[in-house]
Amino acid sequence: MKAADLAALRDEPACAHNSQAKLGCARPTPGAAAGGCTFDGAQIALLPIADVAHIVHGPIACAGDSWDNRGTRSSGPALFKLGMTTDLNEQDVIMGRSEKRLFHGIKQAIDRYSPAAVFVYSTCVTALIGDDLEAICKAATERWGLPVIPIDAAGFYGNKNLGNRIAGETMIKRVVGSREPEPPPVDPTRPNLRVHDINLIGEYNIAGELWNTLPLFDELGLRVLCSLSGDARFREIQTMHRAEANMVVCSRAMLNVARKLQERFGAPWFEGSFYGINDVSTALRTFAHLLNDADLTQRTETLIAREEAQVRAALQPWRERLQGQRALLYTGGVKSWSIVSALQELGMTVVATGTKKSTEEDKARIRELMGEEAHLIDDGNPSGLLDLARTYHADILVAGGRNLYTALKARLPFLDVNQEREHGYAGYRGMITLAQELTRSLESPIWSAVRRPAPWDQRSLPVNGREIESVQRLEVAHG
Amino acid sequence: MAEVIRRSKPLSVSPLKTSQPLGASLAILGLNRAIPLLHGAQGCTAFAKVFLVRHFREPIPLQTSALDPISSIMGADDNLLSGLRTVCEKHQPAAVGLLTTGLTETQGTDIQQVLKAFRANYPEFQATRIVPVNTPDFTGCLESGFAATVKAMVAEWVPQQHLASVRMGKEGLSRQVNVLCGSLLTPGDLEALRELIERFDLHPIFIPDLADSLDGHLDAEDYQPLTTGGTPLAAFTTLGDAAATLVIGASLYPAADLLHERTGTPVHRFPHLFGLDATDRLVMTLAGIAGQAVPAGLVRQRAQLQDAMLDTHFLLGRARIALAAEPDLLHGFSQLLADMGAEIVAAVAPATAPILAQLPVAQIHIGDLEDLETLAREREAELVISNSHALDLAQRLDIPLLRAGYPLHDLFGGYQRAWIGYRGARQALFDLANALLTHAEHAVAPYHSIYSLKADDRREAGHGVAQASANSGWRH
Repeated sequence: MKAADLAALRDEPACAHNSQAKLGCARPTPGAAAGGCTFDGAQIALLPIADVAHIVHGPIACAGDSWDNRGTRSSGPALFKLGMTTDLNEQDVIMGRSEKRLFHGIKQAIDRYSPAAVFVYSTCVTALIGDDLEAICKAATERWGLPVIPIDAAGFYGNKNLGNRIAGETMIKRVVGSREPEPPPVDPTRPNLRVHDINLIGEYNIAGELWNTLPLFDELGLRVLCSLSGDARFREIQTMHRAEANMVVCSRAMLNVARKLQERFGAPWFEGSFYGINDVSTALRTFAHLLNDADLTQRTETLIAREEAQVRAALQPWRERLQGQRALLYTGGVKSWSIVSALQELGMTVVATGTKKSTEEDKARIRELMGEEAHLIDDGNPSGLLDLARTYHADILVAGGRNLYTALKARLPFLDVNQEREHGYAGYRGMITLAQELTRSLESPIWSAVRRPAPWDQRSLPVNGREIESVQRLEVAHG
Repeated sequence: MAEVIRRSKPLSVSPLKTSQPLGASLAILGLNRAIPLLHGAQGCTAFAKVFLVRHFREPIPLQTSALDPISSIMGADDNLLSGLRTVCEKHQPAAVGLLTTGLTETQGTDIQQVLKAFRANYPEFQATRIVPVNTPDFTGCLESGFAATVKAMVAEWVPQQHLASVRMGKEGLSRQVNVLCGSLLTPGDLEALRELIERFDLHPIFIPDLADSLDGHLDAEDYQPLTTGGTPLAAFTTLGDAAATLVIGASLYPAADLLHERTGTPVHRFPHLFGLDATDRLVMTLAGIAGQAVPAGLVRQRAQLQDAMLDTHFLLGRARIALAAEPDLLHGFSQLLADMGAEIVAAVAPATAPILAQLPVAQIHIGDLEDLETLAREREAELVISNSHALDLAQRLDIPLLRAGYPLHDLFGGYQRAWIGYRGARQALFDLANALLTHAEHAVAPYHSIYSLKADDRREAGHGVAQASANSGWRH
């Protein structure tokens, strides 16, 4: 990818990080970097498209070390779960045989697995040696009559967000608009219902949580043309241009998709979240508002009233158990406030929240929810997080999988709210799952056991960060 | 003797192979107060980290030189220098593994040169020992990356000794035994091996020691940016004092040769420690080194294994097994199974290794899990042995999976499983036989005579038949 193209992608006008002060995404520090590369980001964004053959063009590490490690689900094809890679060897790299291997590899994937399309991901090595993915994919498309699409997102281009954005950009440029959606089927029980088409952008169907919200959209007569990219099919991506409104779910990385859909096809969009009762209701209301349909608005209010009443009743016993428990939240961007409101709805106190990836707008919403004195965590290195947990007497750390062992090794309860998790927290129903999982961790009887020193050792370990006593070891008598 | 069949298709599908830098990182994680630094883009480290975290369910120290477009094209020496400085400054590690990746090897990086520059520019970090290893992704696999790193540790840290020096402890002959531990050994294997060696009053030094760092234990301190266990760096200078060196895993033979060259310590080679024969040989070797009789406890364990062989041979004899693993582990399992009379109908290795030709199977394919699935289906395998990635194919084939190797991400405690020694082999035989017992149907399928007077169709069909055969306890 050309330097100018990369710069253009980093410079996302709809992204609030992109102020005069700094240009888009920050650069990593060698020796103190965390997180994935651009290839990783592109793969996360597109791999959930279930009926596509995803071919990673490079040596083994990129696919071999990473395939089959995400919690995204498909309701149908499982083709995306197969790791496919050209697995280049030294001879391929030195003798320039990698392009040929890729071309034949595409054929192999098509012959054996009959995919709806083939995506070819470039990686560091193939970008560096200058393999012409564009030309190979073009030739393959002509030869086998199937969309073969290059995803030019080599790891060294930058961070994961950039990869998300390249992925979105590629879909807009090459896939969206290449097919018209079929007219929606008529529901015999509601023959006169006016069906609207929408897209959910940045919804990855982690642990199947899309299926918590999809029934709500069905009931309202909102057809999700495409979820980019949780449980998506190639043919759905092709029709995204026909949506009347778009929602960017919980991720700034694919704002470019929503912005371009508006520029080219006029569809309005908004950023929202499906975490927490209020956020789900707000998302549904915003759709109704953007679609400007009085009947829909009325039906949406009826649905919200019913669902909220149901979920609040179901949550009551859980609220009583969670009331007053103190959570330290460390997650990025939109989630820094959307999870705050979800936890507050459960009666919990959020003592601090991470704002590393949050914008000024996010921070304003946090203050609105948590008060002016809300503690915002800018850089959450593991030992800093633990210090905060102690200072604020946190009962649980709510964060991404990267901090799982930060908490566990400090004998602190933990809840994973990022993409590796195994539970879906989205939608009204997701709140009940969230409450159950919080309770499972907080009320576990193990905490006192793992904090208790051995009977022969008078060492006292921090309990809820409230006490740290001097270490006194008794000599153990040899018996 | 096996025929090794090379990869013939352009695409690897459901890869079995894991990259060399990941294996190299694993070896570094067996050192105390250590951290691997991968010289490449952020993803190389992020993927390896997630992979190892999911396998061990432990925090994994791992850092990156974080190449960007400019350093990828114009040269990344500065990234590496600043990455090394940051790691040394922030954490004061005892050891850093400086490992290359596909990206920096394609660039043609010279890490020895960068390391020299680092030493010249930053004398304040002299206390941190740094081992540079070339581990491109486009050759080898986890095992070869691990082995290259162990060899580099020996090359960097074991001093050349005069052959005349006498290996004597304070009270006579040295009780120290060096053990070069290949990547086929789990932390659980290493614990079992330590116990076995200590039964002979010998003192083992494991290089590297994953049992001390990644056995899954709760430390008194909470967050640690470095390994919290493993071989102490000081141990490397004592290797010349040992009575003998054991090397486990053929992939480490070159490292053992180098150690022998440096110290003159006699080397005992074990391609693996799976099954009766291999364990017998280890026990006799240890008895010889220690000058001691075999302890009664081991005699009993051996008798237990023999009994388990008798009990399970009905099921394991001629059982049709599909096997996919890194070369040394593949060797261990194929020997264990061959010793039981099982048929290895499919054997797949991710990359080639000299030892493969000597394995007791007819053919070994260099390939992936797609190859394993194809072969297992064609040859009607009854059980698969491979890593967690093989679960889907085992389900498609409707046969049981015994998980071994890397990664084991859907199994708690996979890392602490001991396969080696008499006990490990005994448990492996029980598990294999149990998997076959609950899955395979060996009895004759019920036949309903056209003249039958049973009139069973008034009751639930088939129920009585299944009940009778399960109650008998015999499946043959």
